[in-house]
Amino acid sequence: MAVKKSEAALDPLFNNNPIALQVLGICSALAVTTKMETSVVMCAAVIGVLTLSNLTISLLRHQIPNSIRIIVQLTVIASLVIVTDQILKAYVFEISKQLSVFVGLIITNCIIMGRAEAFAMQNPPSLAILDGIGNGIGYSAILMVTAFLRELFGSGKLYGYTVLPTVSEGGWYLPNGLMLLSPAAFFIIGGLIWALRVYKPAQVEMDG
Amino acid sequence: MANRQATGYTLLFATAICIVCGILVSSFAVSLEDLQDENIALDKQKRVLEAVGLLQPGESIDEAQVAERFEPIEPVLIELSSGEPVDGDTATFDQQRRARDPTTSAEAPDNLARVKRVPDRALLYEMRGDGGELEMIVLPIEGLGLWGTLYGFLALDADTTTVRGITYYQHKETPGLGGEVDNPTWKDKWPGRRAFDDEGEVRLAVIKGFAPSAEEAPYRVDGLAGATITSNGVTNMLEFWLGENGFEPYLNRIRAEAN
Repeated sequence: MAVKKSEAALDPLFNNNPIALQVLGICSALAVTTKMETSVVMCAAVIGVLTLSNLTISLLRHQIPNSIRIIVQLTVIASLVIVTDQILKAYVFEISKQLSVFVGLIITNCIIMGRAEAFAMQNPPSLAILDGIGNGIGYSAILMVTAFLRELFGSGKLYGYTVLPTVSEGGWYLPNGLMLLSPAAFFIIGGLIWALRVYKPAQVEMDG
Repeated sequence: MANRQATGYTLLFATAICIVCGILVSSFAVSLEDLQDENIALDKQKRVLEAVGLLQPGESIDEAQVAERFEPIEPVLIELSSGEPVDGDTATFDQQRRARDPTTSAEAPDNLARVKRVPDRALLYEMRGDGGELEMIVLPIEGLGLWGTLYGFLALDADTTTVRGITYYQHKETPGLGGEVDNPTWKDKWPGRRAFDDEGEVRLAVIKGFAPSAEEAPYRVDGLAGATITSNGVTNMLEFWLGENGFEPYLNRIRAEAN
């Protein structure tokens, strides 16, 4: 399989976005996007885990026995996630408390196993790293846009700084409580997928 | 290269992966433990500050600011059964470890909070004003919720009855449901409620649904929607820790001193 380096890194942004096209990793996208601050840490964690797991799996791809490859991938991913969780607890404790179980749940984030099985098992390390970074950024892009809209309209803030002074703090903006609830993330991600498919009609699935 | 499908090779590979991953995970866990413990201790102090209202929810302060705001608050080690203060190192006191050790704890009588063992000593906090008069008491509380034990603090006024605040620093409740014990809006409903009725019985309870203002419903707090078991857990732990097996002897001593 011949994949160009630029394709490996850039395709996941728009052409093959893990959230918007493959609709993977939605659960964490709903859970951590009420504030930009938590989203940034979550994105960094996912990019880190995804890149390292792709690299490790790709380095081992000729050694991994076929019969246990999925469980080997899971072991590698789980170890990386636990290490990431430990690092977050040591250096950004407050945010790691807010992210609570969702860092641990990166283990079950389908994007990571998906890339390990579909890409890293067949491609050399350099490409696998780029694919990991690309998919991580593709995931992050959607998360950040969602978090931007939810924090702005849900609590009138951006990255913790007040942008629209809310009524409860003596301002004029009445926050939209729906934005802070999980369904809002569904609406926003749905809207993003729609926008992306209007821009790139090739992504629209044909009616069977 | 060895035959990748051979059973021997597969077992060898699996073992090697387990060892490498095991070493990686445990070395990180051990080397970061000290930093994490510091964070946990600092976070506990912040929750105490939050319970007494010296820290607003969402406000982020550094270590020096925590120490500064902690100035009027004094950790006090007491003997639970008598409520009398005892000497001891408050910095290293670990109530949970003490409750597990059979030599420093006793089996708790059957209780709804499902507390299994009660330690002989407890660490609480007294907040004093400029003149040294008692302003607030912060009691550690714990009890079973849905998924695990909730650990937190209850701040009472010097009258030992009026609630001034409640916070939890450790729990495993479902985010969005029982996890809403961390929600500032819910915690805001606590100050002003009364823990004991005029007969001295623990009356405060988290009810199902909506409770009116503290003046109209001094003994009731709004339940957490979709989290009945967590809500009941909060009620039960208040009943236990404010009762005779918990801090009642201590609170009685404070009441006696005030008169």
